[in-house]
Amino acid sequence: MTTSAPLLAVRGLKVVIGGRHILHGVDLDVAPSGVTALLGRNGAGKTTTVRGVLGLLPRTGSVRYDGDETAGMTTHQLVRRGIGYVPEDRGIFAGLTVAENLRLAERDPDPAYDLVHELFPELKQRARQAAGTLSGGQQQMVAIGRALLNRSNRLIIADEPTKGLAPRIVTEVAFALERAAQAVPVLLVEQNLALVRRLAEHCVVLADGRTAHAGPAADLLADAEASRSLLGVGRRATTPLGPKGGDH
Amino acid sequence: MSTVVLLTMTGLGLGALYFLVASGLSLIFGLMDVLNFAHGALLSVGAYAAWWGASNGFGYPLALLFGTGVGTVAAVALELGLIRPLYQRPREQVLATVGVGLAVPALLSAIWGADARTFPVPGVLAGTFTVLGAAVPVNRLVLIGAALLVLLALKLFLGRTRHGLVVRAGVEDRAMVTALGIDVRKAFTLVFAIGGAAAALAGSLAGLYFGSVDPTQGSSLLIFGFVVVVMGGLGSVSGAALACVVVGLVQQFANYYTTSGLGDLAVVVMLAALLLVRPSGLTGRLA
Amino acid sequence: MTAFALRRRWWPALALVVLAMVPYSAVPLPGLLDGPIGSPGSLQLLALCLVFGALATGYDLLLGRTGLLSFGHALYFAAGTYATDLLLTHAGLGFWAAAGVGLLAGVVLSALLGSVSLRVSGIGFAMVTLAFAQAGSILVQRDPGGVTGGEEGLAATGLPSWAVGIQHTANLYWIALAYLVLTLAAVQWAVRSPIGRVWEGIKENERRVEVLGLRPYGFKLVAFVLAGTLAALGGIVYLLLTGGATPQATSSDFTLSLLVMVVLGGSGTRWGPLVGGVLYTWAQHRLAGLAGSGTIAGLPTALRVPLSQPLFLLGVLFVIVVYALPGGVAGLPARLRRAQA
Repeated sequence: MTTSAPLLAVRGLKVVIGGRHILHGVDLDVAPSGVTALLGRNGAGKTTTVRGVLGLLPRTGSVRYDGDETAGMTTHQLVRRGIGYVPEDRGIFAGLTVAENLRLAERDPDPAYDLVHELFPELKQRARQAAGTLSGGQQQMVAIGRALLNRSNRLIIADEPTKGLAPRIVTEVAFALERAAQAVPVLLVEQNLALVRRLAEHCVVLADGRTAHAGPAADLLADAEASRSLLGVGRRATTPLGPKGGDH
Repeated sequence: MSTVVLLTMTGLGLGALYFLVASGLSLIFGLMDVLNFAHGALLSVGAYAAWWGASNGFGYPLALLFGTGVGTVAAVALELGLIRPLYQRPREQVLATVGVGLAVPALLSAIWGADARTFPVPGVLAGTFTVLGAAVPVNRLVLIGAALLVLLALKLFLGRTRHGLVVRAGVEDRAMVTALGIDVRKAFTLVFAIGGAAAALAGSLAGLYFGSVDPTQGSSLLIFGFVVVVMGGLGSVSGAALACVVVGLVQQFANYYTTSGLGDLAVVVMLAALLLVRPSGLTGRLA
Repeated sequence: MTAFALRRRWWPALALVVLAMVPYSAVPLPGLLDGPIGSPGSLQLLALCLVFGALATGYDLLLGRTGLLSFGHALYFAAGTYATDLLLTHAGLGFWAAAGVGLLAGVVLSALLGSVSLRVSGIGFAMVTLAFAQAGSILVQRDPGGVTGGEEGLAATGLPSWAVGIQHTANLYWIALAYLVLTLAAVQWAVRSPIGRVWEGIKENERRVEVLGLRPYGFKLVAFVLAGTLAALGGIVYLLLTGGATPQATSSDFTLSLLVMVVLGGSGTRWGPLVGGVLYTWAQHRLAGLAGSGTIAGLPTALRVPLSQPLFLLGVLFVIVVYALPGGVAGLPARLRRAQA
């Protein structure tokens, strides 16, 4: 747990979809600075947690943003308080141009186009191109650019921003996220552990719709057994009857 | 030759009427996922308001404006009072519009009778206009002109304004628009107002075209509106425009050159065929 | 079994007996009915209520049980009415033969059009059903070959003697009652069967049904044909009741009124659509009758105008129910119980 007050504090988040319980009570703290990684195997509930926090899914439980309870707020009201969201499927409007996609995200009187064009020069070149005709990597740039556009953003939530991207693009995305994290805290959902190792200071791990672990990212990644059991990565223990599960 | 010209102009005139109805329907369904069964009622409200104005000394232009205005106000009231509270309950929203679509024509019937009321057509618009040797009634041209104006206005609105941008994005992905911090419900009211205005304008012009207003006009035109919206693609104004032209022309030509009634049938069969060949509709929003 | 449980299980049978005895009774129901309950006028109205209650129940098989929103249900009702009427009047067939063919027409038509319409789902399906019904409506109104009577409808000649004449209204009432019982039984049986469970699954989440290895299409088609057949049967009964076929029965407004009945009464419940159908039909006829009478004509304009139009009242009531009472009238007892608890 961090010592200073978290920017986003989630307690007991439950999400039920179509009669099925997806989240059974997730606890999550996003530190007021740096990158907090949200980890877990496929199906652990990471994207559902993010969408629940934002109010895109009906949920119960407490979500405090900047100290205020968000239970009665609509998604747009919450987002207006300074959240830049990069969804898992990128959420690009295919029928709009690149410039229109960015323009839609503007909230500040003076949006940071200089930053976005510096990080992603291609977006400036392709401003009039229909976003649906962009490659996956380019669309991801638009999605991230949207989140970076408002200097007034106090939190960036990025859901698997490097999924399905070529290594060269992953590097660009990583660099952009690093730049962003210098200014505002980032909640990063990721399966790419190399990226997590590079960017994240803190981490929260979900398993089966619950929080299974929270702590410094470096510690978790250094612990091979914990990594394996919680994240499903790493080599198997050499002794077949070795202890299962990390201790935490 | 002059028959062809007359049929074409009539077909385009009807198509124009359908477009005025369908453009609003298309945007409303595209953005809000609401099948607005009250759209015909909005048309009737506009028609009766225009008729009342024209019968009480307003000049025709003022009556037209009045009819459109009343319909717009009704549409906004409907959205704020009935549709918005049922946000997140799409099936209930549709059902509520069904109820309104039932109640309003009945109310109009109760107040002004179920029979058609003659619409006072101003002399200058009652005559004919010679086009390529055919005597085309002026009201066809008025309708076509109005529809073109509305089409242009809509394209400008959607393409050049921020509100229009929000609408276009919302038609694609409503949730993402809210996730960008935009209150999409304001766009709903705006789109309903636009749809209501177009429908009321259609109603006011229908009085001119048919020479009378009656409580069931709205419902019969509504069906064609739905057909056109589905053919043209939900949420697509240009698609609706194209579909309207096709529908209007097919209907007129088929009605004239074959036994009467086949034209209406042909339109309906076209819709069924289209939906079966491309089950996902023209913009992938149906299935 | 406790007395309470006994009452719960057997009251429908009791109600049926009571209803069957109605033509023998002379109980007046002032306000609700124009004459005593056993009089021909009242019987006629009651019979209509029962028929529409049954039609609504059949329609809810699609809407409330399988999740299919059809805007073209009127077509199959009209098929039953018109096919039978045409055969009776123009072809001179005997009643039972004509009715048999009429029923067959309903089955075949719903199977044919259903197999085509169900290839799309959701709004597309709703639109295709609307389109087909509209086509039927146009066909009937344009009166090809002068057979359908066009906009005025077709009065039936050659109806059996026990169905004609005011003294036989009780027979028609009993037939309507029989039709209702048949529909209720058929729907209940189907819903409780394994097919009915698949329908429930389809309504809930179609994808999950597919994942289980079942093809929803076949099951939806069964629902569609069953509902269409019941509707056609209703059309035949309606023909007997009213002595003719009218094009109003083919309109989308007709299907919409079924929708209103179902939602008003409570979609997806056993008795809800019946209640809605009875209520709607009664209101429509009774209020129209009242409007002509002195009672309403004497009211101040502000009240007289809306009250003279039953559809206005029904529309408003419908909106209120949709807004405030999603379970319909049938859901009312449960809500009251919850409110008391």
